Amino acid sequence: MKIDHATVDKLADLAKLEFDKEGKEAIVKDLNRILTFIDKLNELDTTNVEPLIYMSDEVNILREDEVKHDITQDEALKNSPKHDSDYFKMPKVIDK
Amino acid sequence: MSYSSLTQIQTDIASGKLSVKQLVEGYLGRIDQNKNLNVFLEVFAQEALQKAIEVDNKLKSGKAGKLAGMVIGLKDNLCYKDHKVSASSKILEGFTSLYSATVVERLLKEDAIIIGRCNCDEFAMGSSNENSAFGNVLNPLDHTRVPGGSSGGAAAAVAADLCLATLGTDTGGSIRQPASLCGVVGLKPTYGRVSRYGAVAYASSFDQIGPITKNIEDAALIMEVMSGMDEYDSTLSTKPVPVYSKELRQDVSKIKVAYLKDCLEKDGLDPEIKKRTTEIIDKLKKAGHSVEPVEFPFLDYLVPVYYVLTTAEASSNLARYQGLNYGYRSKNATDMDSTFRKSRSEGFGKEVQRRIMLGTFVLSAGYYDAYYSKGQKVRRFLQNKTQEILNTCDFILLPATPGTAFKFGENTADPIKMYLEDIFTVQANITGMPAISLPMGKHSNGLPFGLQLIGRKFEESKMFAFSNYLLNKF
Repeated sequence: MKIDHATVDKLADLAKLEFDKEGKEAIVKDLNRILTFIDKLNELDTTNVEPLIYMSDEVNILREDEVKHDITQDEALKNSPKHDSDYFKMPKVIDK
Repeated sequence: MSYSSLTQIQTDIASGKLSVKQLVEGYLGRIDQNKNLNVFLEVFAQEALQKAIEVDNKLKSGKAGKLAGMVIGLKDNLCYKDHKVSASSKILEGFTSLYSATVVERLLKEDAIIIGRCNCDEFAMGSSNENSAFGNVLNPLDHTRVPGGSSGGAAAAVAADLCLATLGTDTGGSIRQPASLCGVVGLKPTYGRVSRYGAVAYASSFDQIGPITKNIEDAALIMEVMSGMDEYDSTLSTKPVPVYSKELRQDVSKIKVAYLKDCLEKDGLDPEIKKRTTEIIDKLKKAGHSVEPVEFPFLDYLVPVYYVLTTAEASSNLARYQGLNYGYRSKNATDMDSTFRKSRSEGFGKEVQRRIMLGTFVLSAGYYDAYYSKGQKVRRFLQNKTQEILNTCDFILLPATPGTAFKFGENTADPIKMYLEDIFTVQANITGMPAISLPMGKHSNGLPFGLQLIGRKFEESKMFAFSNYLLNKF
């Protein structure tokens, strides 16, 4: 697998990042270098190996589904870069 | 004034030689004198002094908790209510925690004093602390060298005696590698032993919070206070938490050790570190322990599988930073989409963006099976192989790091070179097993290095006892 500029554009779009020309050159180079490095994994035969998804050996740790309010509305808004007394403020989404 | 254990501090307090207030003043003085190390991003001076007076009063009335006299620093990715936390990232600059991490609450309840937050690699991604948005941390033992990372500030704080202990997080070696490079003790607990609630997430199936200390006893004490079930983290084990500090002197004479021949033969391992490891193997044999060489011809797969899986998890975990609800918002944004893009691109550092991009790639349609699923299978394979070794012995003994502290900039040009710093530490995170770095080596260049034990899941108690024995006798 070789990563080209088009792939980086697509990935940046998915990841909501943007790169200038120089940054893009660097990321293409770095990703290709890292991919060569991780392609090593293909040497290992993993037929019949189940993927390891959960690290815990225990099953179904459950709790009561109770409604709790750990933080207030004021607290939730406090760290927002832009807000009024009730809402987070964002640029317009639909321009009409 | 310099204290190397909580017991020592508590003895001096009990005999009237020391008050907690004096102790905190001492640390604050040292922090001030060592500002050039750039260890603390923020010092909670007034608050720590206030709390010290409270603890002094509690001690007088006999109502103090078991960590009275313990002064702790937090890696800057652990939440402490009404205090700032930034994960050393510009994207969280100015962010104030709305709640405390479970570990922080538990330590405070036992009267530990939190003195400040320690510099780290941005979002815990790095092995040298050079990825912090707030500057490099200097290794207190040699100012031209890195302290390691990502918990670089936390390890340097203990090494420079700026507090008695710190909490770090370890996703691929981020507690043990800087502990090795700074000459202190660093533990990564078993996955599922310590609540991750309130730790800024990097790769959730790898991350664990653990202590960095000057000795085993303090690590054991911190662990018995902060481990165990928490309703906010459902990945925790229901296994009871031993009173680790009371089990330190258990019989270790029958303990069996294995070492990985492949590790000692690894290119890039410093010859003096190899020599010291071999020397300890010989001494253990002489002391009557079974120490067997084992084959583990899979070292070259460890770091690659780590990067596939952790970057995938990171790309999901870090999707929450978008400039909307909290954190940095770009002034150059004009609409919703550019708010996300520009805030993230201006807010995240280079290494974080690199890992988000790689994670996005391995999770993307068409590559998911080839990379992400493959990675999960390799993870199972490596866990099985490691477990097979631990079925025949109690611990695997290996170096913590391939070398001693390196110079600033030495590994920054090539990400792979930096990633290989973690070659000996990632195995424990991939497999979920506990591991500890012990300051048992001194290089002819004057710098320390750590030796590492990997143990069976949830056998921290035995690990502490054996570590204590190693540190005292070898």
